[in-house]
Order: sequence, then C-alpha cells, then structure tokens
Amino acid sequence: MTPLLQVEALSKYYGHHLGCADVHFTLWPGEVMGIVGESGSGKSTLLNCLAGHMPPDTGRVIFDTRDHGPRDTVVMTEAERRWLARTDWAFVHQNPRDGLRMNVSAGGNVGERLMAVGARHYGDIRAQAEDWLGRVEIDARRMDDRPRAFSGGMQQRLQIARNLVTGPRLVFMDDPTGGLDVSVQARLLDLLRGLVRRLGLSAVIVTHDLAEARLLADRLMVMKDGRVVEEGLTDQVLDDPQHAYTQLLVSSVLHA
Amino acid sequence: MTAYNFAYLDEATKRMLRRAILKAVAIPGYQVPFSSREMPMPYGWGTGGVQLTAACLVPEDTLKVIDQGADDTTNAVSIRKFFARVAQVATTEATGAASIIQTRHRIPEAPLQEGQILVFQVPIPEPLRFLEPRETETRTMHALEDYGLMQVRLYEDIARHGEIARAYAYPVRVEGRYIMDPSPIPKFDNPKLDNCPALQLFGAGRECRIYALPPYTRVESLDFEDYPFTPSKAAGQCCALCGAMDSYLDEVITDDAGGRMFVCSDTDYCATRVAVQAEDAA
Repeated sequence: MTPLLQVEALSKYYGHHLGCADVHFTLWPGEVMGIVGESGSGKSTLLNCLAGHMPPDTGRVIFDTRDHGPRDTVVMTEAERRWLARTDWAFVHQNPRDGLRMNVSAGGNVGERLMAVGARHYGDIRAQAEDWLGRVEIDARRMDDRPRAFSGGMQQRLQIARNLVTGPRLVFMDDPTGGLDVSVQARLLDLLRGLVRRLGLSAVIVTHDLAEARLLADRLMVMKDGRVVEEGLTDQVLDDPQHAYTQLLVSSVLHA
Repeated sequence: MTAYNFAYLDEATKRMLRRAILKAVAIPGYQVPFSSREMPMPYGWGTGGVQLTAACLVPEDTLKVIDQGADDTTNAVSIRKFFARVAQVATTEATGAASIIQTRHRIPEAPLQEGQILVFQVPIPEPLRFLEPRETETRTMHALEDYGLMQVRLYEDIARHGEIARAYAYPVRVEGRYIMDPSPIPKFDNPKLDNCPALQLFGAGRECRIYALPPYTRVESLDFEDYPFTPSKAAGQCCALCGAMDSYLDEVITDDAGGRMFVCSDTDYCATRVAVQAEDAA
C-alpha cells in the first residue's frame, strides 16, 4: 500500500525563530493523525506547511495524488496545489469565519467547491448542498441564510460540510472544536467521529485537547518547541507517556 | 490650438498607451495595467475611454461619442467637443459613418463593421472585485483560472431572487479563458460582444487598466445549465417614437401623473428609423 502522505525532514523558520523542525511522519489511507502540544509549539505551522498555505524551508511533503501517484507538493506549481486544495484536500479552520464566506448563503458556501471544480447545474449543486447540510445536522430551511445568522457550532458544522462536499481524501483540521463551549464541542466531536469513520477519511488534526485526540486520532504526535518529542498509537502515548513533556501534558489535564 | 499636441496627450504617453493596447489585444480579456494620466475631466466621466480614444485617433478618423446610447447627453457632447478641438477630427452621430465610437454603458444597435473601433468607459474593470477585495488575490485567481467564486455569485442570485438578477455588467468568459467585466452595458448588449467584427477596447482610468476584445472573439455570458443566460429588456414594449421592437428601451417619465413612455436608448438608431418612416410616408 502507498502511504497517502509522507513528510520528510520538514522545517520552517520565521527568520531566526524556529517554527517547526525536522518533522517526519507517514500517514496511511484511512488513518487519523493527531498533533498535540502547547500553544506556540509549531502545530499550526506544521499544518499550514502540509496544506500548502506556506512553503516550508526544507523537506518534502509527498502526497499520493489520484492521477499521478506520489508527488512532492512543495515543488508543485501553485495551480496544481490549488487544484488539490479544492478536490482531494480539505482544511477546517479553528475559526469558522476564516473558512467560510460570511456574506454568501449556507448553500452557496457548500456549493462553492462544486462550482470551483466545474459544476454548472444549479439544481444538482443545490441538491448536493442540501444533502450535506443534512449530514452535518443543519436544517435545510436554513440553506439560504448567511452564516452570520448561525451560532458558532452551526458555523463550524457548515465549514465541515463545505469542505467535505467534494469527497476529499485528506482533511486538515486546525483545532476544530476550539472556541466552542463544552456541550457544543461534544456534539461536534460526535459528528466528526461519525463522518471520519463512515467516509473512511484520512485526517491530520491539530488540537490541544487530549480528550479530543483520544476520541478521533489513531496515532498521536506530541510537539514541543517546534520538534516532535514523542509519537505512537494514541492510547499508548496517552496511557504510557515516555517523554517528560508528554508526562507533564497528560498529568496537567484537569478532571471535573 | 497649437498649444496642445494632436489629441491632447503627448506622443510618449500615446506610445505607452498603444503598447498596453497591443498587449491587451494579444491576450483577449486580460487586464493590462497602464500608467493612467490626469485628464481634464473628473474620474468616473470616462478618463480611461478618453485616453484610449486619444491613443487610437488619427487625423482621418471620424469620431462618435455616446452616453447610455445617446449622442446628445452632457458627457457625450463634452467628449465629442473635446476631441473636435484638440484633434480637429470630424465627428458624426451616425454609427455607420464613425471609425471610432467611444461609448458609456451601451453598444450601438446598428451592427458594427470591420475597421471600426469601439471604446468602452469602464468604472471597475475587475469582475471579481466585490467578491474578493484583495487585488493580489484576484490577479492570482485570473492567472490560475480559479473562477468558482464568480459562479457562487450567480448561485446566490438564483437562491435569493429565483433568477440571475444581474441586469448590467454581466460577467463574460472570453475565448474560454479570462472572465471579464464588459463594463456596465445592459445584459441585452452581451450577445453583441460575441464574434463582433469591430475591435473593442476597454479603458478604466482611475483603476489604470486596459483590456480588449479583438475582432471575431468568442465571448460567452456566464450561466447555469438549468438557468441559461437571457438578454432581457423592457418586456412587451416598443419604442414610442420609431416603433422598434428589437432595440433596448429607456423608460421616460413624462409628467407627475404617472405618464411614461418607452423610447430607444440608441438615439441614432431611433432617429434613422424615424427619418426612413417619414420618407416612406411622403
């Protein structure tokens, strides 16, 4: 089997300041990789480099494309990267405002990716948008409302629908439940877990919530100061942490 | 009038403009940046169109200027007088007799011919502007043919109004490549852009952009398969003066008691028809 995503020696510096350094990992089809660590540990830098939002300084990000097999996305043309971003990749931002068009209706938001890859039949686009709104538990009657009329949790679910409508093979999520209150978080996690398992999605999920990582991720990477300090199966890392920082992280979770 | 160079602009400026025009003609629908000059008129009055006209004029030219189809409105009269004075070119109101036609918001009803140049005044050349405010991003979108957003706008229209509500400045795709704003012409005029024998130049003075459609260029209006493009005009009306059914009509309020009439927006087309009818009657 070909790995879906293979990251080799990836480093990113902001001037002299380290973003992330020397990251290696392999993501297999159907696998969910969690990245945990404190704020400023380089999680989001890593995710943005993987998703092509910024160029890494060194290293390779090899993605198994549908038509041409494994290819290094770092040296691809911008046009090819954008095509991937519209078709095989999805990116769920922490703040739904970053990932949604706030002055376009919910249906238009979901339909945008379809139209970007060439859909030109209004009825079909609308039917697919309706189907996806249903899957993320948004009432079809809200389809022509703008996202600013939605609650934070609904906005986040809309962002997920908008991303998954073209059937991506790899989903990047940057702390998808951050900024939501606890009951809404639980519902969103439930939905995400259902979608990931049902669609067999591969995903890279950045989070600082260990419970979320436990729920969603098959494997876990722990980052500290831009470097990966520990990597392994989620349960293994969380139940038997080896590195001192991971032990600190696991033991600092508060239990209600 | 020896204080001015021919057609107001100096030769170096006209050369710069012509280079931009050549580039625009070579890449139909692509917005070429140019160094727009101050003109003796306010922005929004057609400074882009005037610079294009100045760059194209030769002493043998015959110039026609229209504003919303009319030859007799302030803007049209002023620009026509301006060039009659600084270039001493002949002017006309007859579409067929003109070699250069500068226009604001209309394409003449009479079919254009090979050898004619149609110059459009453009307020905002970027069709994606109100969807994406960043110039760097819209340029990238054009470069990468990333046009999903434009379709989203049409989708929103149908979702909200039940049809594509855009009645003017209706976006078009040029030769299957660039998406272009045809300037605020009514969508009734969009089919005239397609496969037109005349050279069509678009100038936006404030925004410093020139773009062009060479003769016989394929121009398609954007739409959906199940909501096709329709060039619309005032439904079921004909011109009150010449009786034309096929021309674009203006609605004119005639009194305070709700009186109104529909007349051709193209005054030359209307006057020509009225004259022919008077001749036939006589």
